[in-house]
Amino acid sequence: MLNLLIPIILLVLGYLIGTLLEKRHFESLRDREKKLLDTPVVTFDELDPATNPDFAYFQRTEFAQGSVVVSVDYFKQFLAGLRNIFGGRVSSYETLIDRARREAVLRLKESVPGANGIANMRIETATLSGSGLGAVEVYAYGTALYESALTCATDSGQTM
Amino acid sequence: MMVIPRVSSMEKTVILSTLQTIPGRTIREHYGLVSGSTIRAKHVGRDFAAGLKNIFGGELKGYTELLQESRSEATERMIAQAEQMGANAIVNIRYATSAVAPGAAELFAYGTAVFTE
Repeated sequence: MLNLLIPIILLVLGYLIGTLLEKRHFESLRDREKKLLDTPVVTFDELDPATNPDFAYFQRTEFAQGSVVVSVDYFKQFLAGLRNIFGGRVSSYETLIDRARREAVLRLKESVPGANGIANMRIETATLSGSGLGAVEVYAYGTALYESALTCATDSGQTM
Repeated sequence: MMVIPRVSSMEKTVILSTLQTIPGRTIREHYGLVSGSTIRAKHVGRDFAAGLKNIFGGELKGYTELLQESRSEATERMIAQAEQMGANAIVNIRYATSAVAPGAAELFAYGTAVFTE
Protein backbone atom coordinates (compact mmCIF):
# COMPACT_ATOMS: atom_id res chain seq x y z
CA MET A 1 0.00 0.00 0.00
CA LEU A 2 2.77 2.40 1.00
CA ASN A 3 4.73 1.37 -2.08
CA LEU A 4 1.89 2.61 -4.22
CA LEU A 5 1.16 5.70 -2.13
CA ILE A 6 4.61 7.28 -2.32
CA PRO A 7 4.81 7.45 -6.13
CA ILE A 8 1.28 8.83 -6.26
CA ILE A 9 2.12 11.56 -3.73
CA LEU A 10 5.30 12.37 -5.67
CA LEU A 11 3.30 12.54 -8.90
CA VAL A 12 0.74 14.91 -7.43
CA LEU A 13 3.42 17.07 -5.78
CA GLY A 14 5.48 17.07 -8.94
CA TYR A 15 2.50 18.05 -11.03
CA LEU A 16 1.25 20.84 -8.75
CA ILE A 17 4.58 22.42 -7.80
CA GLY A 18 6.23 21.69 -11.13
CA THR A 19 3.41 23.35 -13.06
CA LEU A 20 3.46 26.36 -10.75
CA LEU A 21 7.23 26.77 -11.04
CA GLU A 22 7.07 26.41 -14.80
CA LYS A 23 4.32 28.98 -15.12
CA ARG A 24 6.28 31.47 -13.00
CA HIS A 25 9.44 30.81 -14.94
CA PHE A 26 7.71 31.43 -18.28
CA GLU A 27 6.24 34.67 -16.94
CA SER A 28 9.65 35.88 -15.78
CA LEU A 29 11.17 34.84 -19.11
CA ARG A 30 8.62 36.87 -21.06
CA ASP A 31 9.16 39.95 -18.87
CA ARG A 32 12.92 39.85 -19.09
CA GLU A 33 12.92 39.11 -22.80
CA LYS A 34 10.81 42.20 -23.40
CA LYS A 35 13.29 44.35 -21.50
CA LEU A 36 16.23 43.05 -23.50
CA LEU A 37 14.61 43.19 -26.93
CA ASP A 38 16.88 46.06 -28.02
CA THR A 39 20.01 43.95 -27.63
CA PRO A 40 20.21 41.88 -30.80
CA VAL A 41 21.85 38.48 -30.68
CA VAL A 42 23.13 37.02 -33.91
CA THR A 43 24.90 33.79 -34.80
CA PHE A 44 27.08 35.15 -37.58
CA ASP A 45 30.42 36.91 -37.30
CA GLU A 46 30.86 38.87 -40.53
CA LEU A 47 32.65 41.66 -38.76
CA ASP A 48 35.03 42.67 -41.52
CA PRO A 49 34.22 46.36 -42.13
CA ALA A 50 35.05 45.94 -45.82
CA THR A 51 32.26 43.42 -46.39
CA ASN A 52 29.90 44.47 -43.63
CA PRO A 53 29.92 48.24 -42.98
CA ASP A 54 27.32 47.85 -40.21
CA PHE A 55 29.98 46.52 -37.89
CA ALA A 56 32.67 49.09 -38.62
CA TYR A 57 31.89 51.25 -35.63
CA PHE A 58 32.33 48.68 -32.88
CA GLN A 59 35.35 49.59 -30.81
CA ARG A 60 35.44 46.99 -28.12
CA THR A 61 34.40 43.40 -27.69
CA GLU A 62 33.98 41.23 -24.67
CA PHE A 63 33.47 37.52 -24.19
CA ALA A 64 30.06 36.88 -22.63
CA GLN A 65 28.31 33.80 -21.37
CA GLY A 66 25.24 32.51 -19.61
CA SER A 67 24.30 29.07 -18.39
CA VAL A 68 21.58 27.23 -16.55
CA VAL A 69 20.83 23.72 -15.36
CA VAL A 70 17.15 22.85 -15.34
CA SER A 71 15.71 19.69 -13.89
CA VAL A 72 12.63 17.81 -14.95
CA ASP A 73 9.89 17.17 -12.37
CA TYR A 74 8.55 13.79 -11.32
CA PHE A 75 5.30 14.16 -13.22
CA LYS A 76 7.03 15.05 -16.48
CA GLN A 77 9.34 12.15 -16.10
CA PHE A 78 6.31 9.93 -15.72
CA LEU A 79 4.65 11.45 -18.81
CA ALA A 80 7.81 10.97 -20.82
CA GLY A 81 7.91 7.38 -19.64
CA LEU A 82 4.40 6.87 -21.02
CA ARG A 83 5.43 8.52 -24.27
CA ASN A 84 8.25 6.04 -24.58
CA ILE A 85 5.69 3.29 -24.99
CA PHE A 86 3.65 4.89 -27.76
CA GLY A 87 6.21 7.18 -29.34
CA GLY A 88 5.59 10.67 -30.66
CA ARG A 89 6.30 14.15 -29.42
CA VAL A 90 7.42 14.48 -25.83
CA SER A 91 5.91 17.89 -25.21
CA SER A 92 6.67 17.84 -21.48
CA TYR A 93 10.38 17.78 -22.28
CA GLU A 94 10.00 20.34 -25.06
CA THR A 95 8.92 23.00 -22.58
CA LEU A 96 11.82 22.08 -20.29
CA ILE A 97 14.41 22.54 -23.05
CA ASP A 98 12.70 25.72 -24.21
CA ARG A 99 12.90 27.20 -20.70
CA ALA A 100 16.54 26.27 -20.34
CA ARG A 101 17.60 27.73 -23.71
CA ARG A 102 15.70 30.97 -23.20
CA GLU A 103 17.05 31.36 -19.68
CA ALA A 104 20.65 30.79 -20.82
CA VAL A 105 20.37 33.34 -23.63
CA LEU A 106 18.77 35.81 -21.22
CA ARG A 107 21.58 35.38 -18.72
CA LEU A 108 24.06 35.89 -21.53
CA LYS A 109 22.35 39.18 -22.40
CA GLU A 110 22.02 40.23 -18.76
CA SER A 111 25.73 39.67 -18.15
CA VAL A 112 26.62 42.49 -20.56
CA PRO A 113 24.22 45.35 -19.72
CA GLY A 114 25.83 48.08 -21.84
CA ALA A 115 26.39 46.03 -24.98
CA ASN A 116 25.01 47.09 -28.35
CA GLY A 117 24.67 43.52 -29.48
CA ILE A 118 26.06 40.03 -29.24
CA ALA A 119 27.68 38.39 -32.25
CA ASN A 120 28.47 34.80 -33.06
CA MET A 121 26.36 33.37 -30.28
CA ARG A 122 26.57 29.62 -29.82
CA ILE A 123 24.42 27.32 -27.69
CA GLU A 124 25.76 24.19 -26.10
CA THR A 125 23.44 21.61 -24.54
CA ALA A 126 24.53 18.80 -22.26
CA THR A 127 22.55 16.23 -20.33
CA LEU A 128 23.41 15.54 -16.73
CA SER A 129 22.51 11.99 -15.96
CA GLY A 130 23.23 9.36 -13.35
CA SER A 131 21.47 8.30 -10.15
CA GLY A 132 18.04 8.93 -11.63
CA LEU A 133 18.70 12.59 -12.30
CA GLY A 134 16.95 14.09 -15.29
CA ALA A 135 18.55 17.46 -15.88
CA VAL A 136 19.87 19.42 -18.80
CA GLU A 137 22.52 22.12 -18.92
CA VAL A 138 22.39 24.84 -21.53
CA TYR A 139 25.37 27.10 -22.06
CA ALA A 140 25.10 30.15 -24.30
CA TYR A 141 28.19 32.14 -25.23
CA GLY A 142 29.09 34.87 -27.63
CA THR A 143 30.96 38.12 -28.14
CA ALA A 144 29.44 41.32 -26.82
CA LEU A 145 29.98 44.39 -29.02
CA TYR A 146 30.40 47.93 -27.72
CA GLU A 147 30.38 51.18 -29.67
CA SER A 148 32.71 52.98 -27.26
CA ALA A 149 36.22 51.91 -26.35
CA LEU A 150 35.61 52.79 -22.71
CA THR A 151 34.09 50.50 -20.15
CA CYS A 152 30.49 51.58 -20.13
CA ALA A 153 28.86 49.22 -17.66
CA THR A 154 27.43 52.14 -15.68
CA ASP A 155 25.83 54.19 -18.44
CA SER A 156 23.74 51.37 -19.92
CA GLY A 157 20.57 52.60 -21.49
CA GLN A 158 21.84 56.13 -22.07
CA THR A 159 23.84 55.16 -25.12
CA MET A 160 20.74 54.15 -27.07
CA MET B 1 41.06 23.40 -2.30
CA MET B 2 41.78 25.05 -5.58
CA VAL B 3 40.95 28.67 -6.14
CA ILE B 4 38.85 28.94 -9.25
CA PRO B 5 39.04 32.28 -11.03
CA ARG B 6 35.84 33.79 -12.35
CA VAL B 7 35.55 34.55 -16.03
CA SER B 8 34.92 38.24 -15.42
CA SER B 9 38.26 38.71 -13.67
CA MET B 10 40.39 36.95 -16.21
CA GLU B 11 39.78 38.62 -19.55
CA LYS B 12 42.09 41.52 -18.72
CA THR B 13 45.33 40.33 -20.29
CA VAL B 14 44.10 38.05 -23.06
CA ILE B 15 41.13 39.13 -25.13
CA LEU B 16 38.62 36.35 -25.64
CA SER B 17 36.32 36.31 -28.63
CA THR B 18 34.00 33.95 -30.44
CA LEU B 19 34.54 36.02 -33.58
CA GLN B 20 37.18 35.39 -36.19
CA THR B 21 38.58 38.88 -35.81
CA ILE B 22 38.65 41.50 -33.08
CA PRO B 23 36.99 44.76 -34.14
CA GLY B 24 39.34 47.73 -34.00
CA ARG B 25 42.40 45.51 -34.04
CA THR B 26 44.45 43.74 -36.67
CA ILE B 27 45.68 40.20 -36.30
CA ARG B 28 49.44 40.18 -36.83
CA GLU B 29 50.29 36.61 -36.08
CA HIS B 30 48.58 33.24 -35.69
CA TYR B 31 49.90 30.80 -33.11
CA GLY B 32 47.50 27.97 -33.79
CA LEU B 33 45.14 25.97 -31.63
CA VAL B 34 44.99 26.39 -27.88
CA SER B 35 42.73 24.32 -25.69
CA GLY B 36 41.90 23.64 -22.10
CA SER B 37 39.79 20.99 -20.48
CA THR B 38 38.64 19.82 -17.12
CA ILE B 39 36.68 16.83 -15.87
CA ARG B 40 34.45 17.33 -12.89
CA ALA B 41 32.59 14.89 -10.75
CA LYS B 42 29.60 15.99 -8.75
CA HIS B 43 29.32 16.61 -5.07
CA VAL B 44 27.30 14.45 -2.65
CA GLY B 45 25.61 17.39 -0.92
CA ARG B 46 24.68 19.01 -4.19
CA ASP B 47 23.49 15.70 -5.50
CA PHE B 48 21.14 15.24 -2.59
CA ALA B 49 19.62 18.68 -3.10
CA ALA B 50 19.35 17.96 -6.82
CA GLY B 51 17.53 14.71 -6.04
CA LEU B 52 14.89 16.66 -4.11
CA LYS B 53 14.61 19.22 -6.87
CA ASN B 54 14.06 16.42 -9.31
CA ILE B 55 10.60 15.89 -7.82
CA PHE B 56 9.48 19.47 -8.30
CA GLY B 57 11.52 20.51 -11.31
CA GLY B 58 13.19 23.87 -11.74
CA GLU B 59 16.72 25.16 -11.77
CA LEU B 60 19.52 23.24 -10.07
CA LYS B 61 21.62 26.18 -8.90
CA GLY B 62 24.35 24.00 -7.42
CA TYR B 63 24.92 22.39 -10.77
CA THR B 64 24.80 25.67 -12.66
CA GLU B 65 27.58 26.95 -10.42
CA LEU B 66 29.56 23.73 -10.56
CA LEU B 67 29.58 23.69 -14.35
CA GLN B 68 30.33 27.38 -14.53
CA GLU B 69 33.36 26.95 -12.26
CA SER B 70 34.59 24.02 -14.29
CA ARG B 71 34.20 25.96 -17.50
CA SER B 72 36.13 28.88 -16.03
CA GLU B 73 38.91 26.51 -15.16
CA ALA B 74 39.02 25.07 -18.67
CA THR B 75 39.09 28.63 -20.03
CA GLU B 76 41.91 29.53 -17.62
CA ARG B 77 43.97 26.61 -18.88
CA MET B 78 43.38 27.66 -22.45
CA ILE B 79 44.46 31.23 -21.58
CA ALA B 80 47.59 29.97 -19.82
CA GLN B 81 48.53 28.07 -22.96
CA ALA B 82 47.98 31.15 -25.11
CA GLU B 83 50.06 33.32 -22.79
CA GLN B 84 52.90 30.84 -23.01
CA MET B 85 52.89 31.25 -26.77
CA GLY B 86 53.04 35.02 -26.42
CA ALA B 87 49.52 35.61 -27.68
CA ASN B 88 47.38 38.51 -26.49
CA ALA B 89 44.05 37.28 -27.81
CA ILE B 90 42.16 34.08 -28.49
CA VAL B 91 39.71 34.17 -31.38
CA ASN B 92 36.97 31.82 -32.57
CA ILE B 93 36.52 30.19 -29.17
CA ARG B 94 34.25 27.18 -28.96
CA TYR B 95 33.10 25.05 -26.04
CA ALA B 96 32.18 21.42 -25.93
CA THR B 97 30.74 19.28 -23.15
CA SER B 98 30.73 15.54 -22.90
CA ALA B 99 29.73 13.03 -20.26
CA VAL B 100 32.77 10.78 -19.88
CA ALA B 101 31.43 8.67 -17.03
CA PRO B 102 28.19 8.61 -15.03
CA GLY B 103 28.32 11.61 -12.72
CA ALA B 104 31.36 13.20 -14.38
CA ALA B 105 31.46 15.71 -17.17
CA GLU B 106 34.24 17.02 -19.34
CA LEU B 107 34.26 20.71 -20.23
CA PHE B 108 36.47 21.55 -23.15
CA ALA B 109 37.37 24.97 -24.50
CA TYR B 110 39.37 25.60 -27.65
CA GLY B 111 40.29 28.51 -29.86
CA THR B 112 43.01 30.09 -31.96
CA ALA B 113 45.74 32.06 -30.23
CA VAL B 114 46.70 35.23 -32.08
CA PHE B 115 48.71 38.37 -31.64
CA THR B 116 46.72 41.55 -32.33
CA GLU B 117 47.55 45.22 -32.51
